[in-house]
Amino acid sequence: MLGLNKKDAGLLFFVAILLVFAPFLLNPFPESSSLAQFNAGYPDLMQRFAIFGIFAIGFNILFGLTGYLSFGHAAFLGAGSYASVWMLKLLTINVIPAIIISTLVAGVFALLIGIVSLRRSGIYFSILTLAFAQMAFALAASVLTPITGGETGLQTALNDPRILDGANETGNIPSPSLFGLETGATWQMPVGDWLFTFNAGYYMCAVMMLIAFYVSLRIFSSPFGLLLKAIKTNQNRLNYTGVSTRPYMLACFVISGMYAGLAGGLMVSMDPLAGAERMQWTASGEVVLMVILGGAGTLIGPVLGAGFIKYFENIFSKINKSVLEGWFSFMPEGLQDIFVTILYPFVGKGWHLTLGVLFMLVVIFLPGGLVEGGKRIGKLFGRRKSKDTETGETNPAPAE
Amino acid sequence: MSGFKMDRRGLLKTSAVVGAGLAMPTIFTSAARAYTNEPTGGSVTLGFNVPQSGPYADEGADELRAYELAVEHLNGGGDGGMMNTFSSKALKGNGILGKKVEYVTGDTQTKPDAARASARSMIEKDGAIMITGGSSSGVAVAVQALCQEAGVIFMAGLTHSNDTTGKDKKANGFRHFFNSYMSGAALAPILAANYGTDRKAYHLTADYNWGYTTEEAVRNSTEAMGWETVAAVKTPLAQTDFSSYVAPVLNSGADVLVLNHYGGNMVNSLTSAVQFGLRAAEANGKNFEIVVPLYSRLMAQGAGANVAGIFGSTNWHWSLENVAGDRYAGTNAFVQSFGAKYGFPPSQAAHTVYCQTLLYADAAERAGTFNPCGIDEALADYEFDGLGNGPTLYRAADHQCFKDVLVVKGKENPESDFDLLEIVDVTPAEQVTYDASIFGGELGSCNPGA
Repeated sequence: MLGLNKKDAGLLFFVAILLVFAPFLLNPFPESSSLAQFNAGYPDLMQRFAIFGIFAIGFNILFGLTGYLSFGHAAFLGAGSYASVWMLKLLTINVIPAIIISTLVAGVFALLIGIVSLRRSGIYFSILTLAFAQMAFALAASVLTPITGGETGLQTALNDPRILDGANETGNIPSPSLFGLETGATWQMPVGDWLFTFNAGYYMCAVMMLIAFYVSLRIFSSPFGLLLKAIKTNQNRLNYTGVSTRPYMLACFVISGMYAGLAGGLMVSMDPLAGAERMQWTASGEVVLMVILGGAGTLIGPVLGAGFIKYFENIFSKINKSVLEGWFSFMPEGLQDIFVTILYPFVGKGWHLTLGVLFMLVVIFLPGGLVEGGKRIGKLFGRRKSKDTETGETNPAPAE
Repeated sequence: MSGFKMDRRGLLKTSAVVGAGLAMPTIFTSAARAYTNEPTGGSVTLGFNVPQSGPYADEGADELRAYELAVEHLNGGGDGGMMNTFSSKALKGNGILGKKVEYVTGDTQTKPDAARASARSMIEKDGAIMITGGSSSGVAVAVQALCQEAGVIFMAGLTHSNDTTGKDKKANGFRHFFNSYMSGAALAPILAANYGTDRKAYHLTADYNWGYTTEEAVRNSTEAMGWETVAAVKTPLAQTDFSSYVAPVLNSGADVLVLNHYGGNMVNSLTSAVQFGLRAAEANGKNFEIVVPLYSRLMAQGAGANVAGIFGSTNWHWSLENVAGDRYAGTNAFVQSFGAKYGFPPSQAAHTVYCQTLLYADAAERAGTFNPCGIDEALADYEFDGLGNGPTLYRAADHQCFKDVLVVKGKENPESDFDLLEIVDVTPAEQVTYDASIFGGELGSCNPGA
């Protein structure tokens, strides 16, 4: 179906189901229970899951297939973000031009950086991309302040021209919308004690992610993808047999950059603000973590990794001391204090610590990422014939 | 490649999905609320969005303490703090409009992006009716815009840039703290009296909107009295080592260094300046001087003995009522209840967010609703007293508070860890009041959201 083999079609269907039913899957706990803290089914986070899923899928096309570790992918995300804020400011509040332009701008940006960086491979390539991204960050943060808004960030304003839209008479800045449907539009469905939230922006991101995932499936199974895998296995050998790998690498790098640009454009479409810190090396490092955590070179891994990290960032960082005290309030005073004192460094602002520990555990015990964990569980419990239907691409070889 | 085939099973699945999709709109109870996050139960949720990491983490921690104290007082706990001295008696200590006050916290990381994500999750997930906090103007402007869009009230925390209630003002956003313009206007006469009118100034400026407006305000007001600005250099917000910025100052021909820095930035840059011997140096035949336009006790604590003798301005100081009399009633009440709970006096960041929480609660109580438009009306040109700053006006035209501004100096011989600043002068509100239109920007109209 759709030019996919049965396994890939199954995977696409699986992702589609996940995306459609995310508002239910992410809100498993009743509103009034204390576990509602762990519900993730609110628009902002669901949008982030889908957007960073796209970002990670794109990064995986580069890193997973060719083994080239780009440490500057956030630059493309940032470039896409700025481009789309400008579209929202100048052209129209409709998000379609913003998303298209952000993807194209990031593609051009990736082409320029790729031409230089791809002259080298391995660690030198990583350092070059990192250097370019840091340059982009420094430019955005101070030198190009008139264009990027500096550290204050770039936002839409009441008196922006928006030449395609009519005069604005509401007295408020219009929200980004898709032909009049605001990305923030939300419906709620109470079922008993549960409350499920459906958000227009999320479903927009979900559709884009499904398309992005489909394209990545096609790339992985195409002759082009095969050649990229050959580059990962042995680039010298390819060169000796007379294949010029540069154009393939460059194409791959640009595609990957465009994915990042698309993610940036979607981020802005959901929340019209772009800040320079989106380009910082920590943001580039985050997508590397997502892909490795989920399983580099696998199809579904990056999506899982992105979800995992965003969940921690948004849910664990919100647990404060009084929440902890609430959990352990059934205990006697002294014991409660001990538990709170032990757990407190790992939640709230200490969520990085928890993530770090989990990341170490995954890398040490599950080198193939979460996907390998899923496979092992599958092997333990299932006697299904095709154990890898849920994992797609085999051989999650570690990075070079 | 296999073609697009449809078997019986596939058809059934597809039609089920399509059917469910069509039925969707009818089963949604499309938010039948009068405004975003209208509280329906017995409690109301406030969102405290403060920096818990980054250069302003100290301020964030102190803000959080003050918020917890304010919530305690609103719910009738503790000694009531400034609720007893507040000129409005609408608050009864039974929550707000009879609803118990609950709160959620988040980390802004002093980054606009992260702050907005955190605020959005408070609004969308936790149902916060009001967002408050922050210790950076970049963050305040970003979160204020978000709140305007989402239809909730934003009560700004420590944000000193003119932009917050100037070019980026929003109908749903309110600021109690003073701003760069007021700092400049209050500082200039004191600087002229102490350092003369023929000084040459060198500015180091934090590279974001607060830095820009502070530099501009100090430049304008000092140049008006005869000072000259030699150079103004921007420094990144994330910078921790300022030696490369401080080194060229002494040979630049300047004899005053103005540090448009706040929080951790200011602690590092001032320490660096002192290590380079600027305090002891002479230039143009005069003693070299350092000025810090926005001061806080937390910064003075961080910079230690280096602050001695350095002038700056501040929104509030815990010793204000003792020094300047009972025009500033409320100060001691607040210091006492804060001190009783945490064991040390509050900073100006803590004071402003405590006031903001009380002002919001009081406005809701007087308006009889949490509707942002009702709050907007209740705070428009609202005059109050007893919150530690003397008589104060919440101006309707830009949602900025006008009150007396303190000019302070680092103490030469501090008696304790907290007694680091002495109040030099209190500039009356009239002297720092300006026309609401000078910074441009449009307030827009209040947005109650859904």
